[in-house]
Amino acid sequence: MNANDIRAMIQPAQVHRDVYISDAVYQLEMRHLFTNAWIFVGHDSQTPNKGDYITTQVGDQPVIMVRHTDGEVKVLYNRCPHKGTKIAIDRAGNTGKFFRCPYHAWSFKTDGCLLAIPLKKGYEGTGLSDSQNGKGMQAVGAVHNYRGFVFARLAEAGIGFDDFFGGSLSSIDNMVDRAPEGRVEISGPPLRYMHKCNWKMLVENQTDTCHPMVAHESSAGTAVKIYEQMGNPEPRPPAMQIIAPFMSPYEFFEDMGIRTWPNGHGHTGVNMSIHSNYDAIPGYFEAMVESYGAERAKAILDENRHNTVYFPNIMIKAPLTQLRNFIPLGADRTLVESYVYRLVGAPEQLTAMSAMYNRMINAPTSIVGHDDLEMYERAQEGLHAEGMQWVDIRRLHTGPEDFETEAVENGTTERQMRNQFHAWAKFMTMSMEDAAGVAAE
Amino acid sequence: MSEGNAAMITRDDVIDFIYAETRMLDEGRYTEWLDLWLPDAVYWMPLDYKQADPVNATSFLYEDNFMLRLRVERLNGERTFSQKPKSRCNHVIQRPFVDVFDPEAGKFQTVTNMHYVETRLDEQQLLALTVTHDLALVGGAFRIAGKKVELLNCDAAFGNIQLLP
Repeated sequence: MNANDIRAMIQPAQVHRDVYISDAVYQLEMRHLFTNAWIFVGHDSQTPNKGDYITTQVGDQPVIMVRHTDGEVKVLYNRCPHKGTKIAIDRAGNTGKFFRCPYHAWSFKTDGCLLAIPLKKGYEGTGLSDSQNGKGMQAVGAVHNYRGFVFARLAEAGIGFDDFFGGSLSSIDNMVDRAPEGRVEISGPPLRYMHKCNWKMLVENQTDTCHPMVAHESSAGTAVKIYEQMGNPEPRPPAMQIIAPFMSPYEFFEDMGIRTWPNGHGHTGVNMSIHSNYDAIPGYFEAMVESYGAERAKAILDENRHNTVYFPNIMIKAPLTQLRNFIPLGADRTLVESYVYRLVGAPEQLTAMSAMYNRMINAPTSIVGHDDLEMYERAQEGLHAEGMQWVDIRRLHTGPEDFETEAVENGTTERQMRNQFHAWAKFMTMSMEDAAGVAAE
Repeated sequence: MSEGNAAMITRDDVIDFIYAETRMLDEGRYTEWLDLWLPDAVYWMPLDYKQADPVNATSFLYEDNFMLRLRVERLNGERTFSQKPKSRCNHVIQRPFVDVFDPEAGKFQTVTNMHYVETRLDEQQLLALTVTHDLALVGGAFRIAGKKVELLNCDAAFGNIQLLP
């Protein structure tokens, strides 16, 4: 498959089903898209002290995120340069001042540089020190820590962090600004939910505003029904705050609005969202006013963006300090990790609200998640039907679209999905050869 | 169990209750099962091994009466797509340890190891559980005052777990 083949899969208002079901496309995504784009790694509060590390994946690449002795966060491939052994296997830990491979005790500084090899005289005159393996653990191409959120670009050269994310960083800003002390910290381990479907289905669903009242009628609709049978008591049961808004009518989601940014980023909830009507937490607004002044505090809290997609594969909910990482494990396999963060300086009830939302919506035991996963897995199987080769994403597509400029549209448009696929083709093909064997620019 | 006579309650009565509750889940007798619960009781399934805080960190489940009722009513809904077809489950349980036995105060606590099997279509999964029940004696009958279901492999990634382990 070359660049022309990839581009041919993406048309203005439809995409070829092979983008979801082809193993060859998945392999190309790993080598190109997930190598050229900036990918979320972790939050720096997961590694607060020198030597703290987590193990995770960037695309299909095993990596270690570690706090180096200079206080900076490094991202290294999790592979001993000797035989390939993973240096760390636990999901989090502290390695002290250096990593030590458990196989032959090669050791490395926490920036990856080779520190020592036992019986090193055995390598004299072998050329090891001049080889790539002799340098130590390989670092990824580039790392950027944005207000605690750590992203990596595997490619040595490519688009800069600010150019890649542009105006979309305003959603991370809003999430972090919601902390009176201007920073967030991780709160507990993530939910880990295995999906037998392509990762892009999950990403698309984040701005799919025409499914909640249908797919989630069994949970949200039943919640509303039970509440009415109870006589609409106040205060509302927590589930009514969190789950019931999924039953909002189409008009509500139309009015929410969708904003798209260049490079595949976008968000639902421009004007308001299903997160706008939560009960106030006592003491929170006061703490925000103390930190920011009344006007700025109000501006921060009046912004209630729903889902912000950071292309290619994470989503954040700023009003709930949540992040979901859609980790692609194969064309038909995606691991979803859903994180909750604590707003430093805010009442603990906000963390409790975020944790509640996480378990009610994002857990393998969630009655909302169950129906989403059911839809994705049915689609993953249904797409193998040979009679129809294209997936439709044309809602509110009426003519040529310019994805290189920011735009705000009706909240039920599928423009953000089209925006993602536009970026998908761009970052897939920028390091590929076209049909004539000429490297792309 | 003797109605209204705390002095007559035996450890076997407590153990029988745990077996009966588990059987209700396996047979899908959810309305009956819901009636076992005290109104302010919570069903907790922690996410983290030995998790202490159910509120400020994520759990799999931390379900109040409203959520349990919603969960049960949803299972039988016309448009509950993930339950078309329905899942089935089966518990194999070890004899419960009765760790608290205080008939006078009407308080009991049991710890029970279980193997839980859930199946739907071609999929079947096995979970190893440690289940802690807090029971209260109300009007001579046991009621569930709290239930904690700990998964042995809580840190693994799961597909859907749709029924109640």
